Amino acid sequence: MGMTISEKIIAKSAGVSLVKPGEIVTCSVDIAMIHDSSGPRRQGPRLKELGLNVWDPSKIVVISDHYVPAVDTVSANILKITRDWVKEENITNFYDLQGICHIVLPERGHLKPGLFCVGGDSHSPTGGAFGTFMIGVGATDMTAVLATGEIWVRVPETMQVNWSGKLNEFITAKDMMLALCGRIGLLGADYMVCEFTGETIKNLSMDERMVLTNMTAEVGAKTGIIAPDNTTLDFLSSKNLKEIDMELCSDEDANFATIEKFDANTLEPQVAAPHSPANSKNLSEFRGINIDQAYIGACTGAKLEDLQMAAKILKGKTCSKTTRLLVAPSSTKITAAAAADGTLEILTEAGAILLPSGCGACAGLGAGVLSKEEVCISTTNRNFKGRMGDQDAEVYLGSPYTVAAAAITGRIVDPREII
Amino acid sequence: MNFNFVQNLNKGKAFVYGDDINTDVLAPGAYLKYSPEKMSKHCLESIDPDFVSNVKPGDIVVGGKNFGVGSSREQAAASLVILGVRYVVAKSFARIFYRNAFNLGLTPLICEDYRKINNNDILEINSKEGKIKNLTQNCEYNTNSVPDHLLKIVNAGGLLAELKNKIENNTLKTLRFRKDN
Ligand code: SF4
Repeated sequence: MGMTISEKIIAKSAGVSLVKPGEIVTCSVDIAMIHDSSGPRRQGPRLKELGLNVWDPSKIVVISDHYVPAVDTVSANILKITRDWVKEENITNFYDLQGICHIVLPERGHLKPGLFCVGGDSHSPTGGAFGTFMIGVGATDMTAVLATGEIWVRVPETMQVNWSGKLNEFITAKDMMLALCGRIGLLGADYMVCEFTGETIKNLSMDERMVLTNMTAEVGAKTGIIAPDNTTLDFLSSKNLKEIDMELCSDEDANFATIEKFDANTLEPQVAAPHSPANSKNLSEFRGINIDQAYIGACTGAKLEDLQMAAKILKGKTCSKTTRLLVAPSSTKITAAAAADGTLEILTEAGAILLPSGCGACAGLGAGVLSKEEVCISTTNRNFKGRMGDQDAEVYLGSPYTVAAAAITGRIVDPREII
Repeated sequence: MNFNFVQNLNKGKAFVYGDDINTDVLAPGAYLKYSPEKMSKHCLESIDPDFVSNVKPGDIVVGGKNFGVGSSREQAAASLVILGVRYVVAKSFARIFYRNAFNLGLTPLICEDYRKINNNDILEINSKEGKIKNLTQNCEYNTNSVPDHLLKIVNAGGLLAELKNKIENNTLKTLRFRKDN
């Protein structure tokens, strides 16, 4: 019996020739990524208590993105703890206020096919877009990883998510993932790996592939993964990465627990209603709902292409008087690129308010949180009750096109009606 | 996070909630920047404002499917531990929460009969045998058996305590000991 991509990577890092779903193995970790919120402030004191330094400073990447920039002394202190700890542990891969961890990690060339990585954040599966097997863990698990360089895992089964056909104009990876959430629900891929396959995936850019793997966290998956191809190779070469395993793929006789098939040709814009990504339906079901805030941000929804999508809708238009549009580009490099190509100008001329690159309002931490009974439409990945501010706020999820269209009209509308 | 880990808190009142109890409900983002102790005072407040004032050490939280769904924030499990909860009974758990729980000394128990448990029922748990006694209704439910390596972690008092034991017994190779120690 052959193996899936994930099984191959797990077997390699466990030092065995074969693994089967359900087995528990101990894997050595290639890269451990932590951020300011779940990172040094938690692991620092614990490692000290254990009398240990990190196992290998060169394999650790630290990114301050959750509490940036500091808004009060509590968050300022968290950022300081992070800076001090990185110095103390001699960690050179440190990105302070450079953008959101899941974006910065590949942007700075830390990921490539075949690596086994862990991240101290639930959206760590994002790394799977690059053929990396990357899982999210909590702070105590991460402490053990930082101490030992190892982690136990139960080998997951793999669900194949197969997309055939071609996406229509103004339909995006976000719509694809909301459709998956709507179909299989928050537990639909419980403990499985979602491996994305098919012609639609092959035609997606890296920015769009990252949305797919990022949002596997929303269907309960352990992670998501996509086999490397020329698009991956182009991206990695631009980061000067060498020794890229382009052969990595699932064997023909690999065992998939289930296969979910989708047809891209018929996909409509999707919107998830409050308070769950699983409440996703065709946008037409929510048409006309009034929107107070349109938010373009987070690791899922403010990459360069996301900003360009929004700009395509907003070009020459202005935001509704009753709706504020907030844009928090996912990284400082993205901000620079969007400034250089004119995207930012289009957005700000339409009335967008530019926010720092960081998690911000996505998890209710930074600027842009919602008040009681306010309604927001957002390019972020989850809309749980209370996540973006007040418990009684309502958050809808949609693609950058959909969010930009809502900013103009002040209500949920099909972006294709605006053009 | 250092808890005074008290074991055998296996008997208490059931606090019953529904499906998809997520990490934003267990550990609201607005309080994430504070200490786990301060954070725990807001556990579950958006669905049950009285939980924190009513819960006592040994009490048991009962959920439906997908308990702990959402972020990797460990405070979701830590808050319950700080409040004295040692067992969560549910139909299923989100995977990161499941790991975090064991790591912090909280045992998640998968139980098909979770619906039969009423709010305020008194439960007694024997995780080794996989049994939950409902003393109020005078009946017993089965739970899925907990994998051995996870029982070991929880019995040691969590992952760090287990790691400490391993360090003392010299069973790990890759460690770098601090010079200032
Ligand atoms: S942007 Fe939002 S989803 Fe992404 S890492 Fe930050 S808080 Fe998490």
